[in-house]
Amino acid sequence: MRALNRRLSRELWRLRGQVLAVALVIGSGVAVLVMALSTFEALSETSEAYYERYQFADVFAGAKRVPISVARRIAAISGVQLVQTRIARYATLDVQGFAEPVIGRLTSIPETGQPVLNQLALRSGRWIQPGRHDETIISEPFAEAHALEAGDTFTAIVNGRKRRLTVVGTALSPEFIYALGPGALLPDDKRFGIVWMGREALEAAYDLDNSFNDLAVTLLRDVAPEPVISEIDTLLEPYGGVSAIPRADQLSNWFVRNELSQQQSMSTILPTIFLGVAAFLCYTVLSRLITTERSEIGLLKAFGYSDLVVGWYYAKLVIAISLIGAAIGWILGGYFGRLNTQMYADTFRFPLLIYRPSAEAFLIAGSVSLIATLSGALVAVRRVVKLPPAEAMRPPAPPTYRHGVLARPGLRDWLDQPTRIALRQIGRWPLRAAVTTIGIAASVGLLIMALQWEDAIDYIADKYFFESQHQTLSIGLTEPQSLAAVREMKHLPGVMAAEPWRAVPADLSAGTRRHRGGVIGLARSNRLQPIYDDATDTRIAVPEGGIVLSRYLAEKLGVGVSDYVRVHVLEGRRPEGELRVVAVFETTIAMPAYMDLDALNRWLGERPVAQYVNVLVDASQQAALFSRLKQTPRVSAIMVREGALEAFHDTVGHNILIFIGIFTGFAMALAFGVTYNSARIALSERGRELATLRVLGFTRGEISYVLLGEVAVLIFLALPLGCLIGYWLALVVARTFDSELFRMPLSISPSSYGFGVIVALTATVLSALLVRRRIARLDLIRVLKTRE
Amino acid sequence: MGAGRDQSFSLRGKGITKIYKTGSVTIEALRGVDFELGPGELVVLLGPSGSGKSTLLNILGGLDTPTDGQLIFEDHLLTDAKESELTLFRRQHVGFVFQFYNLIPSLTARENVALVTEIATQPMTPEEALTIVGLDSRMDHFPAQLSGGEQQRVAIARAIAKRPELLLCDEPTGALDSRTGILVLEAIERVNRELGTATAIITHNSGVAAMADRVVSIGDGRITDVVVNESRMPARELSW
Repeated sequence: MRALNRRLSRELWRLRGQVLAVALVIGSGVAVLVMALSTFEALSETSEAYYERYQFADVFAGAKRVPISVARRIAAISGVQLVQTRIARYATLDVQGFAEPVIGRLTSIPETGQPVLNQLALRSGRWIQPGRHDETIISEPFAEAHALEAGDTFTAIVNGRKRRLTVVGTALSPEFIYALGPGALLPDDKRFGIVWMGREALEAAYDLDNSFNDLAVTLLRDVAPEPVISEIDTLLEPYGGVSAIPRADQLSNWFVRNELSQQQSMSTILPTIFLGVAAFLCYTVLSRLITTERSEIGLLKAFGYSDLVVGWYYAKLVIAISLIGAAIGWILGGYFGRLNTQMYADTFRFPLLIYRPSAEAFLIAGSVSLIATLSGALVAVRRVVKLPPAEAMRPPAPPTYRHGVLARPGLRDWLDQPTRIALRQIGRWPLRAAVTTIGIAASVGLLIMALQWEDAIDYIADKYFFESQHQTLSIGLTEPQSLAAVREMKHLPGVMAAEPWRAVPADLSAGTRRHRGGVIGLARSNRLQPIYDDATDTRIAVPEGGIVLSRYLAEKLGVGVSDYVRVHVLEGRRPEGELRVVAVFETTIAMPAYMDLDALNRWLGERPVAQYVNVLVDASQQAALFSRLKQTPRVSAIMVREGALEAFHDTVGHNILIFIGIFTGFAMALAFGVTYNSARIALSERGRELATLRVLGFTRGEISYVLLGEVAVLIFLALPLGCLIGYWLALVVARTFDSELFRMPLSISPSSYGFGVIVALTATVLSALLVRRRIARLDLIRVLKTRE
Repeated sequence: MGAGRDQSFSLRGKGITKIYKTGSVTIEALRGVDFELGPGELVVLLGPSGSGKSTLLNILGGLDTPTDGQLIFEDHLLTDAKESELTLFRRQHVGFVFQFYNLIPSLTARENVALVTEIATQPMTPEEALTIVGLDSRMDHFPAQLSGGEQQRVAIARAIAKRPELLLCDEPTGALDSRTGILVLEAIERVNRELGTATAIITHNSGVAAMADRVVSIGDGRITDVVVNESRMPARELSW
């Protein structure tokens, strides 16, 4: 056995090129798996620990003005553990040195210390003091974005009055791991911040003495949130309650969960591809090795080595390759896992970050790779172990070739012999050819999938930020205002156009299907915010009657054009009625439903009002408008389109680049591993043939063509296939992203296909060149002297 | 280039020496061999294994270079030729036949011959070449579907299809029984006679010697004996 072990290590060294190529593919799969699993663990452990330590609530609700006595009735609901009442409002902030108005979410906290629920992780400074109504704690990312420290001040329009507020501390909150401003898609710490103020200060500012407008609740263990939510809704309805939501739908938490599920799907789809290819590579390497060692195997068996010992010898070879691969994958995966987690930690703000990848992640990845490669090798080993020694010692029967279509008269004259050799070789070993093709195609596909992210981002930027939004900014008003007041906005500096709109919360239903969302009322003359159909690239006119639904919403409700949906508005006098679906349109963001603003107002029984105004601004007067808006009392929120777009590119762009970089590396490893292996095996099998051709007077270049021509044909097939796989992978990934908040568009630009193809080609050409160098070292004389 | 202008010899080696060094062991395979091959001549190189005859043939065919000595083909000095020039030499002027045929298994008989005709300057057609060796009826068979003798005849057809000046055969009958071997030698003889190709056959089988114009015996890296046959015995009358 010792002799066999020594042979094993020599064999590994002799085959080091191929061993490394296969190990790289295994390593890539293991790395993705470790990365995904360890990121998943880190993210879920961190958020769980954060939620638990800081008492993150289970149910959230908002209303207009609720007497404090209602809180006791809510606490009495069966299953409710703790109740926290708050005052929460949006307000316009003016931070020195920043031209644009900033939106602040003012949230009340007890002056005496931590609230019972949704506690703050104080990061710097101190808690607010009772009686000091100007003291605030602000969210840490917001403070960092504006370099605000304890002692600094900023101004806010609180309920129409300008107030100077003082920062006394910075904090993070489990409610705002992913802090989104109103109407925003991504966190923008420059333009949105959380401002915690004393309860008394906000009660006084908003005339909410002994009342609240925001509620958070924790539930007893194992209590389902739905019944509690419906009871809370009933209790809050008279006070302008807008449907409560469970933790799962809480915006920040939803984004965290969504990322977790993406990591989970990444940990299944991608490693499967890599390890599947690795299994086949192990099979091909071992098959070839066994063919060359056939007579030695026969000899060993003749000496009395058992099938098991012989089989185990080759299994050990595969285990060794697998372990080398796993080691590469562990190191890379650990590193990328950390990088990935860090990337999340930049977007998701945690006061603590638990990156403690468990041995489990590494063990799972290692075992999966071992199982995959061993199962590939098993097939090859079984075949040789079954041979009786006498037969094994004889050379194998020569492979049989078929004429195929290549012998047809037309092709016969058209194809030269070296090309024919390459094609017959493929026809003789179709499985091997298929594996090479699929392996390279998979690498092209992976790249396209990774690059498609950038395309999707561009797509969203184009459709959402340009085609369906033409306003410079959207202004949110504290209360619905008359359309006359809106028209006045046109007189603000630089405003060229101002268009009103309104959004009301509503339940939409059809049959048994129901969606709690809202309806947006747009003026029929609306131009700045058209209903834009991404699918057809057309604008849909705001209909006089009826409702226009986004596709995802229409599908959720199971309705189409001309069907009726029941709409129950959850605001004002809460009208309820059937509306005909006039059109369905495609959009990637949220699930909007649009109707005519006038019709909506009439339905609500209100005079013509709007709560939002889209304005188009002359760029040269933008600064003047901003400083005016910072002073305007009835403004509660300002959403600057450029700012949102900038945040979108900043946050997503950076992460996508890292992501693409990692995947480019993995995909190259895959293409390289597959091509190198396939060319090396071809060289080992056909060294004799190539030497013969050299003797016949073929140049090195010509025999390189014979050897690499086969690989080239397979690559030629693999590239279009890879584009298809890329499309399919992108589709699968896009589907895993499908959610009510966001759909990943499937939009692959020609340049992504091109880049995918070029990177894979580069990797294959590199590996082919490595193999080509060996052609120069062919021993012409020796091969002629030996029988095959 | 361009030593001898003597056109009576197409290939001439002078003082050819070949020394192999593997580690600390030095093997002198050829020790100053003078060898000439004229147009249309058929020479048999006879000698036991390890005598250096294969080394000589490889050097004559441009597969190997001598450590010392000169090799002149027509008016070219091959001893100093670059690797690419040797490739061109083999491609244009030399046909090889080996003991183990060395056919490309994935190509049919016809295609194996076409392999060479496609890169030669004035080749015959593969069909002509295969007809000369008597295989016109088995042109579309793959090597695995042919007997050993047939495979060797395909190899001969492949070697002569380019109309080479030199046909070098290394133990062409070594892997064949005597009846089949004679068929193969007949094919070589016919090529030599009809095309006038200067031919060298390496063998350790002295029974083959009678078909040659000249028999050169080699032993221990030297030429030990040269016998000129007054008349060549037809290959079909040989026996061993």
